[in-house]
Amino acid sequence: MDAASVLGAPVGARLPTMVSERLAKKFSRNLKERAIEAALFFAAFVSVLTTVGIVYVLVKESVLFFTHVPLWQFLTDTQWTPLFDDAHFGIMVLLSGTITSSVVALLVAVPLGTTIAIYLSEFATPRAREFAKPILELLAGVPTIVYGYFALLFVTPILQTLIPSLPGFNLLSAGIVMGIMIVPLVASISEDAMRAVPMSLREGSFAMGATRLQTAVNVVVPAATSGIAAAYILGISRAVGETMILAVAAGMQPNLTFNPLEPAATITAFIVQVALGDLPHGSVGYQTIFAAGLTLFLLTLVFNLIGLWMRKRFREVY
Amino acid sequence: MSYVAQTPEEIRGLIAKAKRRDVIFVVIGIIALGIGLLTFVTLFVDMLIDGWARLRPEFFTQFPSRRAGQAGILSAWVGTMLVMFVTAAVAVPLGVAAGVYLEEYAPKNWVTDLIEINITNLAGVPSIVYGLLALGLFVYAFGLGQSVQTAGLTLALLILPVVIVATREAIRSIPGMIREGAYAVGATKWQTTKDHIIPYSLPGILTGVIIGMSRAIGETAPIITIGALTFIAFLPPSPVTTDFPFLSFEWLKAPFTVMPIQMFNWTSRPDEAFHANAAAAGTILVFMTLAMNGLAIWLRYRLRKNIKW
Repeated sequence: MDAASVLGAPVGARLPTMVSERLAKKFSRNLKERAIEAALFFAAFVSVLTTVGIVYVLVKESVLFFTHVPLWQFLTDTQWTPLFDDAHFGIMVLLSGTITSSVVALLVAVPLGTTIAIYLSEFATPRAREFAKPILELLAGVPTIVYGYFALLFVTPILQTLIPSLPGFNLLSAGIVMGIMIVPLVASISEDAMRAVPMSLREGSFAMGATRLQTAVNVVVPAATSGIAAAYILGISRAVGETMILAVAAGMQPNLTFNPLEPAATITAFIVQVALGDLPHGSVGYQTIFAAGLTLFLLTLVFNLIGLWMRKRFREVY
Repeated sequence: MSYVAQTPEEIRGLIAKAKRRDVIFVVIGIIALGIGLLTFVTLFVDMLIDGWARLRPEFFTQFPSRRAGQAGILSAWVGTMLVMFVTAAVAVPLGVAAGVYLEEYAPKNWVTDLIEINITNLAGVPSIVYGLLALGLFVYAFGLGQSVQTAGLTLALLILPVVIVATREAIRSIPGMIREGAYAVGATKWQTTKDHIIPYSLPGILTGVIIGMSRAIGETAPIITIGALTFIAFLPPSPVTTDFPFLSFEWLKAPFTVMPIQMFNWTSRPDEAFHANAAAAGTILVFMTLAMNGLAIWLRYRLRKNIKW
C-alpha cells in the first residue's frame, strides 16, 4: 500500500489542499469508522440479546403455565401426566430421572476423567500428551445421537447379559455412555487446573523424596482442588442438559425413581417427546415444555456459575 | 505418625513400594485413556458393521421409506447441507465481528463485562434450551415457520460462542507491534483490523468455525424442538431457477429434515431392519464430524508450527 492510498485518496489523484476539503475527508472517514464500530458492537451484543430472548421466551410461557398449575403443586406432585385428562405436573418425577442418570454419568466420568488428567499432567511425556489430547477432543466431538444409538443397541445388550432383568430402556446404560461422553470435558479442565500448579511446588515435593504419584496425590491435586471441582460441576451441568442419549436409550416414560435399572424420562427427554408430537401452540401441554425448560435452564445456570467462579478462583491462587 | 522405618532394608522396601505404585498408576492412567479410545473405536466399528450392508450409492439418492431396505438419506443430507449453509452464513460474520469488537474495540466498562459474561454463560446453556428459544421466538413470534431458515438461525446462535472464543484467541496471539506499525503509517483502526488483524488471525478463526460447524452438524435436540419433520419425501425448492433472476430463496422457508433427526427416527423404531439404516446414517455422521475435527486439529497444529512472531 503506498502513501497516497493510505491517506484515503486514490493513487495519482490530487491531494486535498484546502483545509475545508481535508476536514470533510476526515469527517467522512470518522463517520465510516464510527459506523463500523457500531456494527461490530451490535454483533457482540447479539449474545446479550440471545440471553434476553431465552429468558423472555421461557418466563413468558412459564408464567402462563403457572396460572394453570400452582408452583407448589409443580414442585411437590409425585405424578407427571401433562397430556392425560387427569393432568398432573410434578417436576420431581422428571427431575428424578435427570438426577439418577447424571449420578451414573458422574460415577463414570469423575474417576476416569481425573485419572486421565493426573496421568496427562504429571506422568505423560509431551509426545504422549500431543497424541492423547486430540483423541479426547474427537471423542467429545461425536454427535450425541450417535452415543444414543451406541447406548441403546450396544451397551444395553451387553448389560443385559450381566443383569438379565434389565429392561431395554434404562437409565444405567444411558448414564454410562453419557459419562464417557463427558470424560474429555472433565479431563481437560482438570488437567488445565493441575498444569497451572507452579513447578516449584512439585520440585519441593520431589526434593523431599516423594515419587511422582505421591507428589500428584499430596501436592498437585490438593493445590488444584478448586479447578478440579469446577471440572466436576461443569460436567454435572453437561449431564443435566444432555438430551439425545436419554431420549433414545432411557425411554420416555415419566417414572419417579432413583433406581438406574429402571426406564425413566428426564426433563430433556420430555421436551423432545412433546416436540415430536403435534401440540397446538398456546395449549397447556405446549406451555409445559417451557416450564420444564425453565427448570433446566436455571439448574444448569446455577451449576455453570458455580463452576466458572471456581475456575476463576484457582487462577488467582498463585 | 505411628511408625517410622528404621533399618536400611525397611527404607529400601518403602522406596520400592512407592515406585511400584508409580508404575501401577501409569498402567491405570493408560487404561483409562484406553477406555476412551476403545469406546470410540468400538462405537465406530460397531456402527460400520451394522450399517455396512446399507452403505451403497442408492442410500444417498433415495428418500426415506416405510420399507427399511429402500429407505435412503437424500432429503436428510440435502437438508443438512442447506441448514449448515444458513448457519455458516449467520454465525461466521456475527461471530468474527463480535470477536473483533471484544478484542480490538471494546472499552473496559460494564457493557463489555456484560457481553463477556453472556458469552461464557451461553456456551454452557443446554442445546435444547436454544430449541425452546427458537420455538417461542423464531417459529411463533417472528413467524419464520418450522423451516430451514429457523434451524439455521438456531444452530448459528448455538455455535456463536465457539466462533467468538476462537476469534478472540486468534487475535490475542497477534503481537501489539503489528497494530502499532499500521497506526504509524496512518491507518485507521478499521484499516488496521481489516488489512492486518483479520488476515493474520484467519487460520485460528477457521479452526474455530470448523469445530463449531462440526458441533452444529450433529445437533439433534434443538432441531427436534422447533418441530422438524422426521419423514420428508421431497427436496426443498432448488436455489437455482430457469427464470430471471435465476436465484430463488424459497428453500429457506421449506420444511426439512437433517441427518441426526433421520438417524434418531430410525433408531427409535422397534423394527430392527431400520437400525441398520440408523447405523449407516450414524457412520456417515461420525465420519463427517471426524473429518471436520481432524481438519481443525491439523490446522491448529500447523499454525503452532509455522507462525513465529
